[in-house]
Amino acid sequence: MATTQMVTESASATFEKIELDSGVTLAPVEVAYETYGELNAARSNAILVLHAFSGDAHAAGEGGWWTNMIGPGKAFDTDQYFVICSNVLGGCRGTTGPGSINPERGCPWAMTFPAITISDMVRLQKLLIDHLRIPRLLSVSGGSMGGMQALEWAVAYPDRVASAIPIACTARHSAQQIAFNEVGRQAIMADPDWCGGNYYGGKPPANGLAVARMVGHITYMSDQSMREKFGRRLRTPDQFEVESYLKYRGYKFVDRFDANSYIYITKAMDDFDLTQRGALPTLFERARTRFLLISFSSDWLYPSYQSLEIVSALRSRNADVAYCNLEARYGHDSFLVEVEEQTELVRGFLTSTFKEEARQGIKSRA
Amino acid sequence: MREVYGRRDFAIIGELVEPQTRVLDLGCGEGELLAWLKEHKDVDGRGVELTGPRVQKAIARGVSVYQGDLESAVEDYPDRAFDYVILSQTLQETRDPLRVLRGMLRVGRRAIVAFPNFGHYTVRLSTLRSGRAPKTELFPYDWWDSPNIHFFTVLDFEALAQKEHWRVERRIFLHGQRQVKMFPNLLAEIAVFLVTASS
Repeated sequence: MATTQMVTESASATFEKIELDSGVTLAPVEVAYETYGELNAARSNAILVLHAFSGDAHAAGEGGWWTNMIGPGKAFDTDQYFVICSNVLGGCRGTTGPGSINPERGCPWAMTFPAITISDMVRLQKLLIDHLRIPRLLSVSGGSMGGMQALEWAVAYPDRVASAIPIACTARHSAQQIAFNEVGRQAIMADPDWCGGNYYGGKPPANGLAVARMVGHITYMSDQSMREKFGRRLRTPDQFEVESYLKYRGYKFVDRFDANSYIYITKAMDDFDLTQRGALPTLFERARTRFLLISFSSDWLYPSYQSLEIVSALRSRNADVAYCNLEARYGHDSFLVEVEEQTELVRGFLTSTFKEEARQGIKSRA
Repeated sequence: MREVYGRRDFAIIGELVEPQTRVLDLGCGEGELLAWLKEHKDVDGRGVELTGPRVQKAIARGVSVYQGDLESAVEDYPDRAFDYVILSQTLQETRDPLRVLRGMLRVGRRAIVAFPNFGHYTVRLSTLRSGRAPKTELFPYDWWDSPNIHFFTVLDFEALAQKEHWRVERRIFLHGQRQVKMFPNLLAEIAVFLVTASS
């Protein structure tokens, strides 16, 4: 294991404007991002890591959401690669979102913030990648909503990504996925403190947001992992361990997440449907990207059939795709915790992609 | 004869595949053959393998492997997507060998099929002597735990090729480290056929 110090940078970039799928122009737009490792002279070792619904730009280092996967000697090895992660559009962790100030009115956007989509998020990431002057990403990778963004990258900018690693994700949300998100949104909106979204400067809808997060946490686990972690153990004489855990996680979430962002981002996930733009095999026609898709056996929120739908479409185009359904017990959370096996897959995939890219580069210069 | 990862059939297949071609390996295991072909023949390779830990090893090796059942997997690829479709030591384990072979010749210009020859004299002797299902070095399993569900010989394969109007471009027979030139149905342990669909 390497012990190199990881070069880390935390920054933000502001762009004049971004055109949204809704037709609305958002101006200006700010994006918070972090980078790990160093860009090589050929600018060919950059990997964009894409966070899931409640994540942020802080992917690696202490407290990073994928810190066990990104760093010196890890799956996304910062001794070799330059890893970038940005907070998504609509977020609340430094990137423009409903909690940002609407410059025309001098107060937070709240629910007047324009509707956003997964492809809007990716369009903003593309502005950032152009800003960093990276001609072609070695890889785009993420789990869950991050995986959807990785797919969107491969469809929208096929020439700009050498490879994509969408993990535990889907080309379109199912009724079940939409249903759970709707429960979360309704919980927030039913909280009297929500005030139609105009709670900034006052008391946020903490109870609603906490309940929404509790539902979310249930869907991220599996029956087995919950049995193992909590069973029927009691925390206090009148409270189960699992109740206490969910409340703790729910209310902790309130400190770092904005309820309106919850509404906007879950809506973007629910509206995501690549097949609306054409049959999947047709969409991937232009893709020259190598793919590695990973699903997890116990993930009932993003079941493996959703990954297989994507893989089948890619195979029907004879695209370069690797796929593995990992045996894992932690449900949807597996992509954050089942590190060892993912590391083996990601490391091998990136190494061979990097080698192939270098070879193609030499060929095209010759 | 040289071996690839200790597999004689790999060495033969490695020689049959032309450089810079598109190759699909059905039942590719840990991707050893595809990795070798990539390294030495610069092929554009894909694999199909059912067993999870093998798929993981193959992907870790940098090979593009799809985890799934090869019998249905072969249906998904477009016509003529590959120059070679390889099926090494697996045909006897498939439920519907003819469907697999036809699928291979649809998605590939050529099929390379390697299989253990059930007509080998040791197999015949084993059954004659014991009066029981054969158990030899080549077929080491008890009948009740054998993955092999179809038993066929060199002659059987030739007959099928004739019936289906496939053209056999190359046939290579192996016994131990040596190539067998005479009486292959009796002396070959492993047969490797390079087949095309006659148009």
